[in-house]
Parts: sequence; C-alpha cells; structure tokens
Amino acid sequence: MLFTSYEFLGFILILFVVYYLIPKKCQWPLLLVASYVFYFIAGPEYLIYILVTTLTTYLTARKIESNANNQSKYIKEHKAELSKEEKKNYKDKQKKIRMRWVAACIILNIGILAVVKYSNFMIDNVNGVLSMFHQTRQLSYLTLALPLGISFYTFQAVGYLIDVYRGAYPAEKNVFKFALFVSFFPQLIQGPISRFSDLSKTLYEEHAFDSKKVCYGLQRILWGYFKKMVIADRILVAVNTIIKDTATYNGAYIFVGMLFYTLELYADFTGGIDITIGIAETMGITVQENFNRPYFSKSLKEYWRRWHITMCSWFRDYLFYPVSTCKAMQKFSKFSAKHFGKVVGRRLPLYLSSFVVWFATGIWHGANWNFIVWGLLNWAVLMISEELEPLYAKFHNRFPVEEKNWYKVFQIGRTFLLVCVLNIFDCYSALSTTFGMLASMFTVGNWHILWDGSLMNLGLTALDYVILAMGVMVLLGVSLLQRRGSVRDRIAAQAYPVRVCIWYGLFLVILLMGAYGIGYDASQFIYNQF
Amino acid sequence: MKGKLKKRACIKFILSALVVVTSLFLLQRLLVPKYVDGVVEGAFIEEYYQQEKDFDVIFVGDCEVYENFSPIVLWEDYGINSYIRGSAEQYIWQSYYMLEDTLRYETPDVVIFNVQSLQFNESQSEAYNRMTLEGMKWSPSKIKAIQASMKEEEHFLDYVFPILRYHTRWSDLSATDVTYMFRKKQVTHNGYYMRVDVKPAENVPDGKVLADYSFGDNAWKYLDMMTALCEENGIRLILIKAPSLYPYWYDEYEAQVEDYAAAHNLEYINFLELTDEIGIDYSTDTYDAGLHMNLSGAEKLSGYLGKYLSEDVGLPDRRNEEHLCEIWKEKIAAYEAEKQAQYEYYGIEEEN
Repeated sequence: MLFTSYEFLGFILILFVVYYLIPKKCQWPLLLVASYVFYFIAGPEYLIYILVTTLTTYLTARKIESNANNQSKYIKEHKAELSKEEKKNYKDKQKKIRMRWVAACIILNIGILAVVKYSNFMIDNVNGVLSMFHQTRQLSYLTLALPLGISFYTFQAVGYLIDVYRGAYPAEKNVFKFALFVSFFPQLIQGPISRFSDLSKTLYEEHAFDSKKVCYGLQRILWGYFKKMVIADRILVAVNTIIKDTATYNGAYIFVGMLFYTLELYADFTGGIDITIGIAETMGITVQENFNRPYFSKSLKEYWRRWHITMCSWFRDYLFYPVSTCKAMQKFSKFSAKHFGKVVGRRLPLYLSSFVVWFATGIWHGANWNFIVWGLLNWAVLMISEELEPLYAKFHNRFPVEEKNWYKVFQIGRTFLLVCVLNIFDCYSALSTTFGMLASMFTVGNWHILWDGSLMNLGLTALDYVILAMGVMVLLGVSLLQRRGSVRDRIAAQAYPVRVCIWYGLFLVILLMGAYGIGYDASQFIYNQF
Repeated sequence: MKGKLKKRACIKFILSALVVVTSLFLLQRLLVPKYVDGVVEGAFIEEYYQQEKDFDVIFVGDCEVYENFSPIVLWEDYGINSYIRGSAEQYIWQSYYMLEDTLRYETPDVVIFNVQSLQFNESQSEAYNRMTLEGMKWSPSKIKAIQASMKEEEHFLDYVFPILRYHTRWSDLSATDVTYMFRKKQVTHNGYYMRVDVKPAENVPDGKVLADYSFGDNAWKYLDMMTALCEENGIRLILIKAPSLYPYWYDEYEAQVEDYAAAHNLEYINFLELTDEIGIDYSTDTYDAGLHMNLSGAEKLSGYLGKYLSEDVGLPDRRNEEHLCEIWKEKIAAYEAEKQAQYEYYGIEEEN
C-alpha cells in the first residue's frame, strides 16, 4: 500500500475515526492491529520475518533483564560473603552470558536481513571471482523478496536490545506493546528508525482528540504530499530518462541529472517522513524528526548530522561507539601509538571505526558495490576534511571570512554540489558506468543542452519546469522560515481566513499539480527498499 | 462565553467546509472534458437522460450503431420511436449494463445489439471506458459497468471524483470548458452521430490471420446475460452486424454468432451480406473509407431496418401520437439544420 494510493488514504481515514471513537485504552492495540493489517496487505508471507524479529528481540531483552536482575539480587544477598574480586568475576561472568544472548539475537536478526537482502549480492561476487579464475560453474541466484521495511524494523529492534543490555531502560514486559514498537506502520515504509525510549513515551499513551495536534498533523501530511507528488514524482520522469539511456544522456546531462536526483531524493524522502510524522501526530504520537534542513549544511560532516538523523545516530550509537571502544580497537590503538606515534595511534582507530560505519552505511542502502563505494567516498571526504582541519583553521585565521554571508553561501553551495556528486552513485548500478558518467561531464562538452531546449526532451514540459521551479522556491522559502521557528506556528497565528487559504491552497496545488493518476507511474518512496 | 466561542468555531468550520466543497465541485465541473467539439463521442451516453423515455427500440453497441443508423428515418418513414445508446468502442459488458440502466426508465419492445464488440474479452482503452461510463447516471448498473470495465491502471474513485482523473487538464482549458460547465450542447440525434462527408472505401485490407477466432468467455458471459435480461423483460433481442468493412468481420466470427442466435432463438442480421439489397455504395455511402456509414449510407440502412422492424417484427406506427409528433418535429428540425450546416461545411450539394 503506497502512501500515495487511495487505499492508504482510506486506511488512514478509517483508522483515524476508529482511533478516536474507541475507548482510549484500546488505542494502542488498535494501532497494533492496523500495523499488522498494513503489513499483511504488503505481503502476507513477510509477516513471519517481522514476527521472528519481534519475538526473538522481546524474549532476549526479557532474558537479559532477568539475568541483570538476578545478578543484582545475588550480589545483594551475598554482599557480605563475596570479596570484591569474586563480585567482579561474578559480574563479568553474568555480563558475558548477557552478551552472548544479545549477540545471538543480533546475529539472528541481522542474519535474516543479510540473507534476504545480500544473498544475491554475495552470490554475484562469488560468481565474479569464479569467472576471474575461468571457472564455468556459477552459483544460482536466489529468489527472495525483500520484506517491507526490514532494514528499518530490524535496526529498531536491535537498537532496543542493545539499550536494554546497556541498562538504558527496562525491557518492555508486554509483548504486544513491543510488537507495536517494531511494526508501527507509518514508519515501516521508510523510517525514521525510532528509539524505544522516544517512541514509547507517546505510543502507548491514551490520547484524547486534540484539534490542534490533529490540525498540525494534517498540515504536516499535506506538506509531505506536496513534496512527494508535486516535486519528487514530477522530476522522477527526467531523472529516469537520464539514467536509463547512458548513450544519449551523458556529459552536461549528468550534471542536470545529479541536481535533479538530489532534489528528488530530498523531496521524496523528507516528504515521506513528513507524512509519517504527520500521521503519528494526528493520533497524538510523537515520532522523531529525521531531517534538519540538510541542504543548508556548510560541510559534509554537518550534512550527516542533519540528513537521515535517526539512521546516522543509530550507526553512531550502536556501531561506531562499540567498534571504536572494543578491546581489539584499544589494542590496535596502542600498537599504532607504539609504532607510528601518538597522533597516528589516536587517529587510526577512529578512522578504522569510521570506515566500518561508512561501509555498513553504504551496504545498508543497497546490496551493490555502488552503494559501498558511495559510503566509502563519504568516509574518505570526511576523513580528509578532518585531516585538513588545521589547515582550514590557519586559513580562517588569516582570512576571517567564516562569518561573512557570501562565504556561508559558498560553503553551502560547495557541500550541496559534493552531495550531488556522491548521490550519482545511487543512480547507476555499475560502478564503471557511474565513473564513466561522472567523467563525461568533463569530456563530452555538451553544455549547450542547458539552454538550447534539449532539456525539453527529458519527459518534462515547460509547464512541468515552471511547477518544479515554483515548488523549489516554496521549499526554499519554507526552509528559510524554519530557521526562525515553526512555520506551522506562524501560520496558526494568522487570521482564520488566511489559514484556510494557505492550507486549502496547498491542497489544491497537490490536487491539480500532483504527479498522480493515469499518465504518471505511482512511484515507490526511494527509501522503501532500504 | 465558552459556548459562544464553540458556536462561532462551529460556524467558521461549516462555512469553510461549504466553501471548500463548493469550490471543488466547480473545479471538477470545469476540468472534466465537455466533449462538445473535437472528440464528441464522450457526450453521447449522457444525452439519453434528457429524453422522454418511451422508446420502441433501443440500440446498444459501439460506433457501428451510432454512426450507421438514423432514428430520424425510422420515425419519419415507419413511425418507430428509437434511441441509440451507443458509444465509441462500447464493450459488451458496457452494452449490457447500458441496457440494465435503460430498464430503470423504460422497457422497449426491441433491443438491437451490434455484435462487433464480441471480439473483445476485456477493455482495451481507458479513454473509451471513460467516454462510455462517465455519461451514465449513477446507479448500481453504472457501478457494475465501471467494475467490469476498469483496466489495471484505473481506479473506481477516479470515476466517483473525476477531478482526480482530470486534475492536469487545467493547462488545456478553453472557453468551451467554461461555456459548457453546467449545460451541454446536443451532439447527436437520438444517439445518431451525423457525418455527411464522403471518403470512398478503396483497398479495404483483408483481416489479419488470428491465432484464435473464438470469442472470449467474458464476452459470451455478457451476451448470455443480455439474452436473459431481454427474456426476463419480454424484450425482443435482435443481433446485428453493421455493414462496416473494417474492423474485419471474419467468417469464424459469423459462424459463432449464427450458432448462438440459432441456439437461443434470436434474430441475427448481418448487414454486410445485404449491402446490395439495401443499395449501399461504398464509394459514396461512407465517410471514412468503409469503417462507418455517412448520412447517405445510414439513411439507406435505416430505411431497410425500419421496414424489417415494421413488417417482420410488427412494431406499430406511432406517427398518430400527437405528443410524440411534437417531440419528433423538433428533432427533425435539428436534424435537417445540422444536415444543411454539414453540407455547407464540407461543400457538398444535397442530393434531393
């Protein structure tokens, strides 16, 4: 069920009405039922995956919590008898047991994800190696369908388990409540990757009808649909035209394509998240923000603090920290310091941990080398920037331009272009094609296509370009306004007729200019299959 | 005070809702195609509802009924009150539901169904679906017709709220869309679409060899349903094949229809076999090289059919009914006026 389908709108409408009509204590069970119905519609065969993840994570969390409780109880009961050393040994032993449980559960769940998502990628690579050695035998590919939102709910479940292991919060006792956390349907399509500590605050609460929240939620949904249907799905036509025909569309077309794709990705992904957050908001539930005007970032490092925030913080908390602080890394750090000096000894483990994180980030986005290279390029740029930091500092000391507006605009433009270039790796599945297309920007020399009308052959009419230009202006305007606070609050402060005109106007824009219905291919959200 | 505020908020909400609903309704009226010029075929079905419904004969089917038979001739020469509920590429399930819809208003003595559409077992084009279905008034028959017709990419809701289908038409709007927002111009004469121009039929291509000439199960199903519906309502169902040279009417098709008609005790007239008897001359009686009759061809064909309906079927001459005469007087005037206008437009001299 696509967010942009009538069926989904009908589903939400019915759910919304029932949600506020039933006794409040039944609200969260209703959401659980709705989430499973949603998942069932996506593919009944996928239910087994989400059920396995839910049950194994729930049981493991309960097990490790019970172990931790027993440990405390034991130590309390035997406080007098146990020496400090014995206590430490006992604790270490229990920790190891818990660790084993957590590891087993993570291996199982990440293993499921790996099998359904990466089996054919692995087979492809093995076949490639076999070919290199002139082996005629090739492994057969598997026909495994990727369950809806598996990356998102697996990460959510794993994050929860690690948090419980770390003692950040107690394990959820009610299996159904936990099942809702894993399967909460608005976030199944493309996230965000919520933390239990955040989402559970409002997910299980009883919610009375709050007209302000409902209005705000609806406004957010509308804004999301505007981005998705007026901008993303419109520009998608041109992006696909460019990507699908590399023989015709190269050189300056790639420049246009990367700008268009970056715009599409933003409108599509943030639009989808707006719809997710908006739906939750209408039901009184707070879902974590996933973006903070990322294209206003002045560096790639800042960009990754503002783009797909929940994914980045997940990798930071559950991969980067454990990897960078693990015993092996500490040993490696000591070894490096001993052989290459203190500075290298401090940095190498950091870079190695970052490498692991960016490799994982890349492969999380897709089972293909282009995504891995995309991740590693991000890592390389970030590490180089890190290394050049002292040089930047020197430069800024000598030329104090950092606070100048023109320099900020330059930094934003530079980062945006960098992101555009990196995004090209999303577009072509073969790395050789990606590099070839990037190189063609400098070799083909067809920049005249920017003004000789060739852009009219990309499947967009002049009117489409006008709508897109206006849409981008609106996006930009809203982003600029957001710097000074909530745009919805500002609109809410206006007189009633003005408010109605603004929101009804936005609705009409979506209705009349949205790329939907016959003649437009309803597009899945880009992050749907990640 | 609180109650007053609540009341005020309620009034504001109701007013806003009214404005929104009204403006959406107006917008929808503006955006839907009007079919009054250019492609007019989408306007045909709707025109039936403006008629006084007391017809002896109802035609259902595709362009081979609305371009080949003139109800005016049937009235003028035989006093038969008829109406053509035809539309472009009307599929048999649409014809069936069109008949079901007609029976909500009246029960004709005779229903004439053109069998050409049996060749289709499923809808071929969304555009044709639209042109047939949009004009139907909402009823269970229309709902079933939509459900039976929708292609995979279509959605029922788009028929309920056509603005969802035509939302992009705002860039193609013309003065016609405003002029005909609420009223429609009559484009047919009791469902007959008049063309007086001539394009002789030359080099009519032979039919392509088909892998399978059998009509599909779905087509048969609806023909059975139509037969049963007519039987239940005491209607005489007559199957016809209009004398259109193309799309090709295969012998294998003919045999299947003949067998069916014989098995169900139905009359079946293949006008392709009667062209000499009727006097159809494909060098003067068609406006598109044999696909459809022009006025001359349609009048000849209607004359023949009228005779059959009057003499063989025994339909009464109703020209003695004053009220009907009044209605037809107006229709004939409009028919003659358009005839003249078209003769002038195409620079053709009238034969008589």
